[in-house]
Amino acid sequence: MRFLMMVLMWLGSLSAHAVLNIEISGAGERQIPIAIVPFEGEEKLGSPISNVVAADLARTGLFRLIDPVGKNPHRPSEVNYADWLGTEAIAIGAIVEQPNGRLEVQVRLLDSVKHVELNGRSINGRDTQTRSIAHRIADYIYETLTGVPGVFSTRIAYVNRHQGKFKLVVADSDGYGEQVIFSSDEPIMSPSWSPDGSHLAYVSFETGHAAVFVQSLVTGQRLKIADYPGSNSAPAWSPDGRLMAMVLSKDGSSQIYLAKPDGSELRRVTDSPRTVIDTEPCFSPDGQHLLFTSDRGGNAQIYRMAVDGGSAHRLTFEAGSSFSPRYSPDGLGFVYTYRNAGRFYIATQDLTTGQMQLLTEGGWEKRPSFAPNGKLVLYASDAQGRGILSTVSSDGRVKQRMFAQIGDIREPVWGPYLK
Amino acid sequence: MNKKIALSALLVSLLSACASQAPKPVAEAPVTPAASSAADTAAKTATASATSAVVAVDPLDDPKTGLTNRSLYYAFDVDVIQEADKPLVAAHGRYLSTRPARKVSLEGNCDERGSTEYNLALGQRRADGVKKLLVLGGAKDEQLNSISFGEEKPRCTAHDEECWAENRRTDLNYAK
Repeated sequence: MRFLMMVLMWLGSLSAHAVLNIEISGAGERQIPIAIVPFEGEEKLGSPISNVVAADLARTGLFRLIDPVGKNPHRPSEVNYADWLGTEAIAIGAIVEQPNGRLEVQVRLLDSVKHVELNGRSINGRDTQTRSIAHRIADYIYETLTGVPGVFSTRIAYVNRHQGKFKLVVADSDGYGEQVIFSSDEPIMSPSWSPDGSHLAYVSFETGHAAVFVQSLVTGQRLKIADYPGSNSAPAWSPDGRLMAMVLSKDGSSQIYLAKPDGSELRRVTDSPRTVIDTEPCFSPDGQHLLFTSDRGGNAQIYRMAVDGGSAHRLTFEAGSSFSPRYSPDGLGFVYTYRNAGRFYIATQDLTTGQMQLLTEGGWEKRPSFAPNGKLVLYASDAQGRGILSTVSSDGRVKQRMFAQIGDIREPVWGPYLK
Repeated sequence: MNKKIALSALLVSLLSACASQAPKPVAEAPVTPAASSAADTAAKTATASATSAVVAVDPLDDPKTGLTNRSLYYAFDVDVIQEADKPLVAAHGRYLSTRPARKVSLEGNCDERGSTEYNLALGQRRADGVKKLLVLGGAKDEQLNSISFGEEKPRCTAHDEECWAENRRTDLNYAK
């Protein structure tokens, strides 16, 4: 039995780019029925761009995908609207191969209720990057039909722990296209995106204890920015990219500090007694405030303070403990982990009303972060004792679990829009 | 359960016979009469070894001194050292005071409940607490390095109370 498991694991490791099994549950309050017609030239390319577009839209829970069942118009003049009753929108298009190894996908979106063309777009990319072309098409369709920018082209980061090895991974928002950007035999924690998506800050134990590193995703260059005695951790960038909040224990207990992103000009922000932990800082989108976790009230709760210093205000009061706060992109609320009676939940709080909403049913659910459009939350959950990636819509209605990754997935964080 | 304790005891003695690190696999160890006298024995042995060259075995590796016991355990979300563990820390403090060249890492660990960052901070506080007590026991600051692994290096990986108890720990890891 153990042998069989080993063999299966070995086979698994060979197919690191194996198809993910994505399980979706729930649906949006209103779903837009849409047909994505396979694009002209797609079969010749051997890359099902339209399938990726359809999967992206389906995962949001906001769309109901209607099967084109053999109808394949590629131009508006080829569309007979009588064939598309039951849909509200149809996406059609054609792929044009260009001489320099690039593809141009001309996409048109039709309103099949009013029988008009909504608009069209031409999306370019290398022929090796068909998934990213597909994500941009999905972003265009999503934004046209919902009025909100899509996040299919954004990336996520997480840590994969497997058989004593740690990997820092960057992947597409659907979990595909994984790239290992750093590997170590020692733990890796707390990846944090720079606001422009060009760098990751994270905690690595490679020097024997927790130290903070910043790594360029363009050049791969790494810089150690905090390696003081004790623990150095919880890096968080300011929205303008000029400051890095970090947690250092060098002065007697874990406290929040600010520095430049190269670690220089370090100054302490929180000033709690030695018995208190202040950690997990997160900047508000306007850069004026920090949310953080503190046990100053006896157990872990979430507090807010001005970046310039001053007193902190407690925001969470429910029984149990609350931690890992992250502002919503509009700054009007935050998402966090709520723990009560042995279960972990993903919850949000509206900062205006103080109203708490549980987004999940509870279990082993940690480290939430918003997609940059604020419509989805990425978090770590588990299946059969193994960490997996999960998302939930910010209204709690639609959930998605991504299985079949190899190893134990930890510490996910959603990246910013790419400029 | 008895079998398990017996096995643990066997493991401890085997480990301490062949290695300087002897992690104690029994969580929340009960107070035994032997534990309270461990400090005295350790101190005597340490003193003896410091003044006499006849002693061949480093008291650190001598099960009779209690110094082979190098793990302290904690309740959930707590960094206060349990009363039962204080004699152990005191014994290590006195040992270190007699061996100024020896260095030890204090490695705080946590169970996986909570956030990784909160647990890193909690593990650091556990390790720092042991460091403080070692200094009170006679160790010098430069002999001690307190670090935290948070929940990142679980010794026991199942998601249950037995493993969590095992993982809420500070280890004294002596440099070779």
